[in-house]
Amino acid sequence: MLCDICHKREAAIHITEIINDEVKELHVCQKCAEAENIKMQQAFGMADLLSGLVEFPSLIEEKKELKCPACGMTYSDFRRLGKLGCGDCYKAFRNVLLPLLKNIHGSTHHMGKEPERIIATGKGTVPPAGRQVKKVKAATKEDRIAELKEKLKKAIQAEEYEQAAVLRDRIRALEGK
Amino acid sequence: MRLDDLLNQTGEWLKGTGPDSDIVISSRVRLARNIKGFHFFDWSNNATRQKVKDLCKREIASSNLMKNALYVEMDKINPIDRQFLFERHLVSREHLRNTDQKAVFISDKEIINIMINEEDHLRIQVLQSGLNLTGAWDILETLGKGLERTLSFTYSEQLGYLTACPTNVGTGMRASVMLHFPGLVMARKIKEIVEAVSKLGLTVRGLFGEGTQASGNFFQVSNQVTLGPREEDIINSLQRVVKQLISHEQNSRKFLMSRKKEILADKISRGYATLKGAHVITSQEALELLSVVRLGVETDIIKDIDKSALNELFITIQPAHLQKMKGKQLSASERDIERAKLIREKLKR
Repeated sequence: MLCDICHKREAAIHITEIINDEVKELHVCQKCAEAENIKMQQAFGMADLLSGLVEFPSLIEEKKELKCPACGMTYSDFRRLGKLGCGDCYKAFRNVLLPLLKNIHGSTHHMGKEPERIIATGKGTVPPAGRQVKKVKAATKEDRIAELKEKLKKAIQAEEYEQAAVLRDRIRALEGK
Repeated sequence: MRLDDLLNQTGEWLKGTGPDSDIVISSRVRLARNIKGFHFFDWSNNATRQKVKDLCKREIASSNLMKNALYVEMDKINPIDRQFLFERHLVSREHLRNTDQKAVFISDKEIINIMINEEDHLRIQVLQSGLNLTGAWDILETLGKGLERTLSFTYSEQLGYLTACPTNVGTGMRASVMLHFPGLVMARKIKEIVEAVSKLGLTVRGLFGEGTQASGNFFQVSNQVTLGPREEDIINSLQRVVKQLISHEQNSRKFLMSRKKEILADKISRGYATLKGAHVITSQEALELLSVVRLGVETDIIKDIDKSALNELFITIQPAHLQKMKGKQLSASERDIERAKLIREKLKR
């Protein structure tokens, strides 16, 4: 397929946009895409570029530059080692990690145990073990529901509908509906 | 407790007791945790690793469950001792590699072990005999909560507990069950089973976990997914699958007993005779024959062996165990002789 702009080179980038059920397609070569970068951003909007143009040159550059500010690991370090450098890498590489996590686990939301919220009572004074566990267990059902609702909201925003359905069912169960 | 004391005891998980212990050797659940504010192990320098080790050591040593635990620094022991811990399933293969600043806590009955500076800062693990995942999880949860009172773990609201490898993120939990499937192997049904299990988001591995081949008809089934489901859900679904696998193994054994009893009895008795008579035996052959003999005990074809003694042999016939028992380094051919001797002694009526 030839480029829709220069009609000379082979098209390397394919953009599809659907507005009011009308499908618009654009096939362009690498060179024209780079030249038309700004125009295209205006025409299609940034969201389309991000979702449809993973191969877009400027974005490839950006991906190479991904670097964790906390530990200095770059995305290519991660690719090479298969392991992350620190907890903050999950934030720094978020956009590339989330699809990967979805692929591995079928989910991008943790539903299991959470750290107990420890109320600081001053440096070095930790409340006696037994008592503290009880305090945490006594967290009200309402707290739990509110927390799940918050997670539900996030899941919907992230368009993770399977996860959202699970959360919805858990909220319903807790509410006794 | 000293490392050499382990030689004179059998780990609690090898007792051959617990639910479904005719087929399930042991159940294991582990948590991966990292300490907030420190780079993950592989990406950190020696000073950070040491800080993590000292911090974890201090907190674990003061934990109630680990009061009488053995503490070992991996770089302070010789290669045979390292291999010895690996053979007892007390440290991972990863923990034998690049041993600087790596350490392990082992509870007195070998039920709990905590690796420090493995791939993650902490790998907390509980082993139980037979099919007892919930029992293992109960201990592990208490232990994890206890440590979390003084250690702050790397955690994200969305992704849960953060780990060096994205395959462990979320719960950081891996539950696994060690199964003995001679019936399914003999009935040539194991391939089907492995394929079916793999489709359920579970992994099937060999005797020593990651990257090992199934030997002696032993298989390890574990969860692959750690992010999304709750800990209890992971355990329950693994338990359900294992229960089904057990019934398949039982059916295969029944089939062999009713339709091919003579062939089965022949195989078992010959295996038993070889073990009792051998003077030179490789670990691979020993493992295979011990597996057959174990089936003989389970099906009552062999009546005069104590099962825990048999279970113990699966561990003690391994290279590092033989060398520690003998108190010196042995070549492969010397080990084959020692191994045969040990088996003959243990199987003596």
